[in-house]
Amino acid sequence: MARAVTNQRKATNTLFAWAIGLLIFFPILWTILTSFKTEAQAINDPPIFFFFDWTLENYAAVMERSDYAKFLWNSIIIAVGSTILGVIIAVPAAWSMAFVPSKRTKDILLWMLSTKMLPAVGVLYPIYLIFIQLGILDSRIGLVVVLMLINLPIIVWMLYTYFKEIPVDILEAARMDGASLRDEIVHVLTPMAIPGIASTVLLNIILAWNEAFWTLNLTAAKAAPLTAFIASYSSPEGLFFAKLSAASTMAIAPILIMGWFSQKQLVRGLTFGAVK
Amino acid sequence: MATQHSRSAARLMMAPAVVLLLGWMLVPLIMTVFFSFKKYLPLRGDKLSDGLEWVGFLNYERFISSGSFWPSVQTTLVIVVSVLVITVTLGILLALLLDQPMWGQGFVRILVIAPFFVMPTVSALVWKNMFMDPINGILAHLWMLFGAEPVLWLSQASVPSIILIVSWQWLPFATLILLTAIQSLDGEQLEASEMDGAPKLKRFWHIVLPHLSRAITIVILIQTIFILSIFAEIFVTTGGAFGTKTLTYLIFQRVLDSQNVGLGSAGGVYAIILANIVAIFLMRIVGKNLDN
Amino acid sequence: MGRFVLDKVSKSFGDTEVIPPLDLTIEDGEFTVFVGPSGCGKSTLLRLIAGLEDVSGGQVSIDGQDMTSVPPAKRGLSMVFQSYALYPHMTVRKNIAFPLRMAKMDKAEIKKRVDEAAEVLNLTDYLHRKPGQLSGGQRQRVAIGRAIVREPSAFLFDEPLSNLDAALRVGMRLEISEMHKRLATTMIYVTHDQVEAMTMADKIVVLQAGVIEQVGSPLELYRAPRNVFVAGFIGSPKMNLLTGPEAEKHDATTIGIRPEHISISNESGMWEGTVGVSEHLGSDSFFHVKCDAFEHPLTVRAGGELQMSYGAKVFLTPDAAHMHTFDAEGLRIG
Repeated sequence: MARAVTNQRKATNTLFAWAIGLLIFFPILWTILTSFKTEAQAINDPPIFFFFDWTLENYAAVMERSDYAKFLWNSIIIAVGSTILGVIIAVPAAWSMAFVPSKRTKDILLWMLSTKMLPAVGVLYPIYLIFIQLGILDSRIGLVVVLMLINLPIIVWMLYTYFKEIPVDILEAARMDGASLRDEIVHVLTPMAIPGIASTVLLNIILAWNEAFWTLNLTAAKAAPLTAFIASYSSPEGLFFAKLSAASTMAIAPILIMGWFSQKQLVRGLTFGAVK
Repeated sequence: MATQHSRSAARLMMAPAVVLLLGWMLVPLIMTVFFSFKKYLPLRGDKLSDGLEWVGFLNYERFISSGSFWPSVQTTLVIVVSVLVITVTLGILLALLLDQPMWGQGFVRILVIAPFFVMPTVSALVWKNMFMDPINGILAHLWMLFGAEPVLWLSQASVPSIILIVSWQWLPFATLILLTAIQSLDGEQLEASEMDGAPKLKRFWHIVLPHLSRAITIVILIQTIFILSIFAEIFVTTGGAFGTKTLTYLIFQRVLDSQNVGLGSAGGVYAIILANIVAIFLMRIVGKNLDN
Repeated sequence: MGRFVLDKVSKSFGDTEVIPPLDLTIEDGEFTVFVGPSGCGKSTLLRLIAGLEDVSGGQVSIDGQDMTSVPPAKRGLSMVFQSYALYPHMTVRKNIAFPLRMAKMDKAEIKKRVDEAAEVLNLTDYLHRKPGQLSGGQRQRVAIGRAIVREPSAFLFDEPLSNLDAALRVGMRLEISEMHKRLATTMIYVTHDQVEAMTMADKIVVLQAGVIEQVGSPLELYRAPRNVFVAGFIGSPKMNLLTGPEAEKHDATTIGIRPEHISISNESGMWEGTVGVSEHLGSDSFFHVKCDAFEHPLTVRAGGELQMSYGAKVFLTPDAAHMHTFDAEGLRIG
């Protein structure tokens, strides 16, 4: 589509797109700005945008009130752990579906996705009981397993779509070259699928990081991640805008920063591998 | 490339994922169905080890006859459908806009994607307090600027408020998928139709939109999966009050707040049935669309 | 060593039988070419030999050992794919070394063998590159290098030259033939191009619809095609296959006469006709001549300098010694 576009039209597009982009981003921007205000300035009428006394006191207050590092650490362990475990289980399954398809492959894939539609709340109490029995209630390992299971269908699906793009010839060549199945997956398939795997991992870390049903209902003090940390600010006593903003910023910053650095893979991953 | 060896290897390698998901689905499901036929109030001393009293379909009858059941089903569906309509429509418009030549496209894209990174608890809290608060919220300031009476968002317009929050979270996803799909549209096809003299709207309707159908299906599938089970957005904002009780939330209250496991389990079974109806409906469409 | 015996080997996909039971022996050191139109089952047959597909019936043995259910990795064969199937994430050196690494050979030996292969294939300067940075011909060489380093009992080639441009193809053809003479290892080569088959093979296997139509040396096939299909498939340009009263004169349903076995004259001859399109290659000229006796025009080969104008009246005379006759079933008579 090599066609001359008038600068005027381009300028109009730019203006429109930036305005809408900023509008969509505004809640996040506003939260970050507010986190640096004093409580009084945070609720000033009219609202103050930039010209306030920038302060870090809210962050200090949040740190004092709760052990941010502990919540953060839990979030990292749970999100990263469940994703890696999921990928380890999903890679062989996706290999099977992509390269040895049978009549049932699509059914299995759709069935896996349909388990995601099972309402979590319908099975909350049984899981709760099982967790008590196994002694893993409020433990990181328990959440790693649960989040792995709820994200597994998506991981399998994404890896499957990425694997399907890899020519079967190359895997056959490896087989002819004397590679065992393990060699084929470790030395040929996985390195070739690295971009796809990276996208899958990034997306699923975000999904696990933001998961807010199981993380809220299966944790108390020990294993609670950032979703629980922030939920504690929903109680009326926590209703201070600036502090709430500081806590919110702290909860979302790791993911925003990660997203910033891995934009390309993430954008690819965000489409769940389904659209090229 | 299917030899006996690779087929049996494939079965073996698929086994862990299939067995885990099957277990994850069946074990709790069977327990839920079991509890749904029992009187099980742990706070009143009912214990699993003492055996539970069999009550037949009593829990089912009570759950469905409670005044909150049908409204909760309705709320659930209203939220899901509204969010889908809003995000797909705005997503298409936004994707068309972002596809135009402009300066700083990459930066705008980051701005637009950002809400997807925000955890539901945070976005719910931020919207509830800093935007929808009737005194100090931004929206209240905005309303007053135009001399209007601030809206009591989460009590007077509770369901639309929830829809607004959830749509804000999912619009980035819809936009991104649709944008990717638009960018893969064959330029020659569009140029050919332009040569044929098709006006812009017609081109959109007959070429762009059909091209997007697969992407739209994906958006609908994935979003339905996630939105059917939204929890934090309600937990944090209204706590289920003012008609925002979805089926998920209603069951949550029965099980955890009032500790009536039997009743909650019956509700769970209803929720599973509802989800299955939606799932069958969806999988039909998706299965068809995944073929090509 | 690499002697292959296929005993009643057959292949079905679901209900469709793509290869009905067939027998075939390939001797050690032989250059065998499977040739046939696309969809004739030649690639499938190769994949059955490689072990990339299971046979539906019958037995594949290599050097007297039953290999029917041995996975491809353990058959000791090398394969060159049409798409080259190079590992895109590995350098040329690593690509060529891969089969040796899989065989757990020690590092010094691997290096030695890769260097040798690279030397032979003119790849020494490219060893550190990735396949994406190579030309088509170079990729082809890497694929061949990967196949030769492990010293297999046989090489399998699946249409290896069809992705190359015409000029490169001729060169690679020679190189592969050269390699065969040097290594004296069994090679099984699949192609749809009968020129490749004729120029490279010791033995040609002509396939159609999964059935072997004829097995023989290139000249055997050229001189005595067993049936109409082989007659029409082998030789370029194609043999003229003629039916009608002229064929009946020879007690046949079809007679076949190659363009090079017809003489053309302005004055007299057996069949009268008019010249259509002429193709001048310099060394030869081909004339398409429409004769009244036949429905389709005949192709005639003549010396490179001969000129005939479009529409000119000519006479054709077939060389009786090189005439092929076929019966109603299309089988060769005599």
